[in-house]
Amino acid sequence: MSLIEIKNLHASVDGKAILKGVDLTINAGEVHAIMGPNGAGKSTLSYVLAGREGYEITEGSVTFDGQDLLALEVEERAAAGLFLAFQYPVEIPGVTNATFLKEALNAIRKTRGESPLDAMQFLKLIRAKAKDLSMTDEMIKRAVNVGFSGGEKKRNEALQMAVLQPKLAILDETDSGLDIDALKIVAEGVNKLRSPERGMLVITHYQRLLDYIVPDVVHVLANGRIQKTGGKELALELEAKGYAEFGISDAAA
Amino acid sequence: MSGELTPTHSPQGAASFIEQVKQAQPALAPVAHPWLACFRAEGMERFAKAGLPTTRNEAWKFTNLRGLDKLSLSPAPDAKSVPVDAIPTALEAAGPRLVFIGGQFRADLSRIQGLPDGVLLDALSAQMEADPQGLADRMEGLLARFPGADHPMRSLNAAFLADGVLLHVPAGVKLAQPVELVFLAPAGVAAAWHPRLVVVVEDGAEATIVEHHAGQPGAAYLSNIAADVAVGKGARLHHYKIQREGTDAFHIATLNTHLADASTYDTFVLNLGARLARHEARQVLGGEKIEARVSGAYAIGGDQVSDITTLIDHAKPNCTSREVVKGVIDGKARGVFQGKIIVRPDAQKTDGYQLNRALLLSETSEINSKPELEIYADDVKCSHGATAGELDEDQMFYLRARGVPRDMARVMLIGAFLDEAMDEIIDEQVRAYFRAAAAAWMGTERA
Ligand SMILES: Nc1ncnc2c1ncn2[C@@H]1O[C@H](COP(=O)(O)OP(=O)(O)O)[C@@H](O)[C@H]1O
Ligand SMILES: [Mg+2]
Repeated sequence: MSLIEIKNLHASVDGKAILKGVDLTINAGEVHAIMGPNGAGKSTLSYVLAGREGYEITEGSVTFDGQDLLALEVEERAAAGLFLAFQYPVEIPGVTNATFLKEALNAIRKTRGESPLDAMQFLKLIRAKAKDLSMTDEMIKRAVNVGFSGGEKKRNEALQMAVLQPKLAILDETDSGLDIDALKIVAEGVNKLRSPERGMLVITHYQRLLDYIVPDVVHVLANGRIQKTGGKELALELEAKGYAEFGISDAAA
Repeated sequence: MSGELTPTHSPQGAASFIEQVKQAQPALAPVAHPWLACFRAEGMERFAKAGLPTTRNEAWKFTNLRGLDKLSLSPAPDAKSVPVDAIPTALEAAGPRLVFIGGQFRADLSRIQGLPDGVLLDALSAQMEADPQGLADRMEGLLARFPGADHPMRSLNAAFLADGVLLHVPAGVKLAQPVELVFLAPAGVAAAWHPRLVVVVEDGAEATIVEHHAGQPGAAYLSNIAADVAVGKGARLHHYKIQREGTDAFHIATLNTHLADASTYDTFVLNLGARLARHEARQVLGGEKIEARVSGAYAIGGDQVSDITTLIDHAKPNCTSREVVKGVIDGKARGVFQGKIIVRPDAQKTDGYQLNRALLLSETSEINSKPELEIYADDVKCSHGATAGELDEDQMFYLRARGVPRDMARVMLIGAFLDEAMDEIIDEQVRAYFRAAAAAWMGTERA
């Protein structure tokens, strides 16, 4: 059974159609990449899957791990194993990273029928995961994303993903705003999570990220639809030719 | 955003309320001491002249006392004997405390022993018997520090002078433990009480006061507190208050605090209860190098009104004042913040900071915010800011996208919002206690 099956998905914002029939299926163990020019609808797709308000689904369906994803509340989707690494992680003054992640993890564990982790168990877990991403204790104690550099924010997204262990991780332009060293750290963190049970959807504008997170399948999203699907060589092709072939004069490099 | 400009009552209503007040006053135990007797009588006279404040009065334009004139003004019966099961405390270790039920002192529930030599902590009712002259002298001395501080609710309080607290900390004495002052309303009793707090912290002394005011819904009562406080040179006073009156009650507190050279005053009020609560605090910075921290928070819903009105009066140079007031408003509730800072011509090098923020949780919630800076000196640094907003949707989505349920996400964001004010509380135990009280409010409010 496929992990996620998106069928003919149409979505609009303020009456403006953005997704115009997206079809996409990801099986457990696979890493898919979506590439596309700015404004193609990549973030819209990821927000619609995560359940953000303000999008009207006008047609289509999404089945996630056997469930009707679109019928679930935002937090229910997270509990079902969906994770979105944000293109622009949100700052939350006054709430520490540690508190936030502990609440999130224990809420997810509860819906899975698992007992909550106590403060000590949680601290041990988060410290181990943070170390993999070269994050300090101090960053864990800081308010969520407040005062974090672009790279730190993306590392923080990867940390959350590592703690929450989702079934499907959607990474929305995780490479934007990262220098090459930060990119390598984040990619390494993501690669650690690759497993036969887990699927990933890596959204990016540039091919560069895919040197480090090598996809099994590459899709091109433009004008609200998947225009082309291929292997990892498709990313290199796009790098060379840009998106002109899809009617858009937006250079990929 | 604007308050209704209807008067609180008709002139006939005003007259009949004053009549009621006059009738209720003789029910008090008589006081023999001439100054104290005169204090009561003059209070009555001034109140009879002024009547209850109405919204035509600029200082009360956002807070309408309608309904207060319908309350019973008799003292609470049986207050001396009603059983009490839980007495709130912010502290882990049992310290000195005075407990009042329906405004009447309960020696059986209080703990006065174990204070350093020379410290006087007692109920006013006891001091009115034991040393009325000493009490009168202190009250007179305090009142002289606040000329022109006439206030109808203080006059009403004076007219009913019967009980309250006297705390006198002599020079150089530091109280190791906070003093808790607990004012509880007896369940189901419609009555009125007017506690008076008389606090003198002499030069170089240090004390912490935690006031608790609590009651149950279902009884329309009035708790009308007046406080006069003097903080001597180089002295430190931490003065905290948590107000959780029953939601049918009126809570009105009018505080005057005088600060001398190089003193530190750290005060915080947390308003959670009452149908209408007005906390009106005037701070006179009457010396140099004073540090005044005057902050507060509130969390209200239903039809509640929380009014925090402050005056920070910089009279002398080189003083700092800092004020952070934040409120969470749900249902049809309304928050009022009136924060006036005066910097008098002599008060050069004043550093004043004021922040007022409100979080509106419903379409029907309201905030009336009126910051006022009156600056007559030229070399000063004063800033103020006021904002009102809703819960941030992006933050809500981010928390929920990580699996935090909607209600929990709200609690986290509201808690984080209030924490910015709570962080102003210097005493850690009190800060933790106030935070927990606000969290408990969120727990019931979101149900
Ligand atoms: N909240 C919104 N309101 C109006 N238009 C929007 C909104 N969000 C996105 N859009 C529009 O939808 C299109 C797709 O945006 P987006 O999904 O962010 O693209 P991408 O992530 O591929 O760059 C763009 O034309 C953008 O302007
Ligand atoms: Mg995008």
